[in-house]
Amino acid sequence: MQDIIKKIEKYKLLGRSGSRFPTGLKWETVKKTKAEKKYIICNASEGEPGTLKDGFILRTSPEKVIEGIRIALETIDNSSAFIYLKNDYYREFGGKLKTLSQGLPITLFEKKGGYLAGEETVICEAIEGKALEPRIKPPFPAEAGLWGYPTLVNNVETFYAIAQIDQGSYRNERFYSISGDTAKPGVYELPEDWTLKEVLEQTGNLPDFDFFVQAGGGAVGEILLPKELNKKIEGMATIIIFDKKKTDLNILMRKWISFFLRENCDKCTPCREGALRIEELLNEKNLNQVIWQDLFFVLENTSFCPLGKSMALPFSSLIKKLIVK
Amino acid sequence: MKKQIQILINGKKIKAQEGDTIYEVAKRNNIEIPLLCFHPDLEIKANCRICAVELAEKRDLVASCSTRVKEGMEIITDSLKVKKARKINLELIFAQHKEECVDCVWRFNCQLLKLAKKYDVIINRFKDRKTRFPIYQFKNAIIFDSGKCIDCRNCVEVCHKQGVDFLELEEKKHLFHIVPSEKLNRDCVYCGQCIVHCPVGAFEGVGEFEDIEKPLKEKDKIVVAQFAPSIRTSLGEEFGLPYGEVVTGKITAALRKLGFNKVFDTSVGADFTTSEESKEVVERIKNNSLLPVLTSCCPAWVKFIEFFYPEFVPNLTTAKSPQSMLGGLIKTYWAKKENIDPKKIIVVSIMPCVAKKYEVEREEQLFDGLKPVDYILTTRELARLIMKNEIDFKKLKSENLDSAFGEPSGAGVIYGASGGVMESAFRTTYFRLTGKELKKVDFEEVRGIQGIKKAEVKIGPNCHKIAVVNGLGNAKKLLEEIKANPKEKYTCIEVMACPGGCIGGGGQPMPCYPEIRQKRAESLYDIDSKKKLRKAHENPIVKKIYSEFLDKDEKLRRSILHTYYHKKEKEGFTILDLNNK
Repeated sequence: MQDIIKKIEKYKLLGRSGSRFPTGLKWETVKKTKAEKKYIICNASEGEPGTLKDGFILRTSPEKVIEGIRIALETIDNSSAFIYLKNDYYREFGGKLKTLSQGLPITLFEKKGGYLAGEETVICEAIEGKALEPRIKPPFPAEAGLWGYPTLVNNVETFYAIAQIDQGSYRNERFYSISGDTAKPGVYELPEDWTLKEVLEQTGNLPDFDFFVQAGGGAVGEILLPKELNKKIEGMATIIIFDKKKTDLNILMRKWISFFLRENCDKCTPCREGALRIEELLNEKNLNQVIWQDLFFVLENTSFCPLGKSMALPFSSLIKKLIVK
Repeated sequence: MKKQIQILINGKKIKAQEGDTIYEVAKRNNIEIPLLCFHPDLEIKANCRICAVELAEKRDLVASCSTRVKEGMEIITDSLKVKKARKINLELIFAQHKEECVDCVWRFNCQLLKLAKKYDVIINRFKDRKTRFPIYQFKNAIIFDSGKCIDCRNCVEVCHKQGVDFLELEEKKHLFHIVPSEKLNRDCVYCGQCIVHCPVGAFEGVGEFEDIEKPLKEKDKIVVAQFAPSIRTSLGEEFGLPYGEVVTGKITAALRKLGFNKVFDTSVGADFTTSEESKEVVERIKNNSLLPVLTSCCPAWVKFIEFFYPEFVPNLTTAKSPQSMLGGLIKTYWAKKENIDPKKIIVVSIMPCVAKKYEVEREEQLFDGLKPVDYILTTRELARLIMKNEIDFKKLKSENLDSAFGEPSGAGVIYGASGGVMESAFRTTYFRLTGKELKKVDFEEVRGIQGIKKAEVKIGPNCHKIAVVNGLGNAKKLLEEIKANPKEKYTCIEVMACPGGCIGGGGQPMPCYPEIRQKRAESLYDIDSKKKLRKAHENPIVKKIYSEFLDKDEKLRRSILHTYYHKKEKEGFTILDLNNK
């Protein structure tokens, strides 16, 4: 057990929440930061459109997730854990998880709020019963998280992977959520280093019609054209396939912006005002590129938290590749 | 001891302490970084993103108010990227801020407009999205134009810090709005801290612009002005004079130039308040009843007790506030002396406070059906009136007060700073309980900017526990402490709603930062220390008016100098008609 962190580092495991932060480094920080007690949070707040893999894992292998949390509890001294579940997951998997975690210091917590409430500092605010807004970083939760104590926040899939690493069954695979205009949507466990094209081909999802995909998340993911599929997926392994002929781009972008308007916390200027102005531009069908680019610039460069910073990419890639060209 | 480190700002080597924010280091070194949501009284929120600077290492932009310096950090505060980010974010901010520049509390000192110029901002690049947002009015004290709000949330935070929580966030159609609370257990106490913490003038006093000339248009009336202790060390700021500069004589001159027939000093009223309050303290100590005595000259604090802690209402001293006492004396003692019909006298108080607007409308203040004070102008409003009349304030020659009410004691002047009322009352109460005069009158333990100051004072054989509080949030803490621990017996508690006392009031010039408040307070203590007359009960005019007038008619004395309080129900807010403004 002592060398689980070494093993995690050997496999170069990256967090499966989308931010791809080295898991070993996070564990080490929490372990070595001095404090009388520490917390572990399993993030099961999966809130992005098209992303279904955490639910899939909780349904098919909940014991592996609990095992991953158990390993963390054992590795990190004086720690206790929370499983932070979005409400439908709480209802669906709560009973099973409670049974599996019997005898372990694990508490289930039902998430309030939306997508942003899955960001690691917002989770800390939520569990502490405060307003659902991100905290200033640093300090990172690994140094000072829940009630100021070092807190390890990992995603469901990350704990699943750690259980596999511990048992020696980890094969550098991850879960891909595939949906959209395709006959075989679903969650697939496949090698991490596969290209998007390989994933689509092997799962029988490579369309024979003119298409594009959104990869890395159903809201924050980048738009990729068929010729761009020879690369690995970034962020969340979410792939949504769009039939180019059938897709109304304005409607698609409006769907994204209503997601962002609903899910952001309105705290910082670029994200609050930027999202409102994007909605306005879409309503007016205004494609003035100077304004769009200016909004992308402040969103990417000056937003308070990752939500605002990642809001620009879907719009900028779609406009560049499918509209302005 | 913090670690010394070295960083680079705009290519210049600068020494800093580990843990400082980039903004703090830049400010110490006179490197300008613009701010909107930052206020030294409040938590760092990093909402507005205007203070963005560039880190050379990865060319990232970070908020300088919240990012801490590290050894070797290389910071650029004026790169093209920084300028571009500030420009666009300012354009977004302007698009949520209804421009009403002509009657804005920041009119002569508007940070937004200064930045607009500096960063080539197109202020109408986006459509104003808040033009139809409501304008709320909280009684006759405060107006909140939510169409000017830039969502920095300073007001919500300061309202919470005050223990009031009347301003809150409400989500409507996925967008958070700042609104006055509809909850029955929350109400405004009119302290006005939202006004002095709003960077863009979304809050203002009622009538800040519209009503300032009204009192001077009262034809066939004798218009008398009185001005509060604290404004003599703050008004000068509005005219570019240094923080804390004493301008008592200039204020008198300006008021005369504006057309006021007589000018008196509310600090003399404070000497009467001390006198009455001290009598009450002595009486309650002797009877061992209704202790602790709670001061009542701060109307926001009074409303706070009446609404949130009605069980403490009997503890409030019934002595009226200085302006109310002086107003009453002007319309009785002085009117009689001058043979003027009191109904023909208009009393205008220049106050550091918007809650005073509320105080003068309380019917509990009336005597003989008359209001002791007819109009309140805040420090800011007086400044605007002086500007509007093109009076060159800086060049005014000092003038003396009208003599009918003499001069105040030093004790009456320090009323403007937190601890002043207690210190003043202590000087007089000591005399009344022991028959001896205090030798050392300075009472350092209750001075200063800490939120709660506790001390024990020996008067004769007895030791009295006292507390001095500024900021209502601190008052709430103390009241809860007292409720939880009834054995802890205080004799006297002074509370001022605003940080630092009246020198930090909601009607004061802006900005209103801790170091500015401190300078305003220091100057008040300086005036006191230079005075020969430092105790209220030694003031010859106080003695004279008691012996010639007040002591002859107990009923009259009570009606002019005392009032009463009671539990208050929620007064809430009204929404102003948009077309009316």
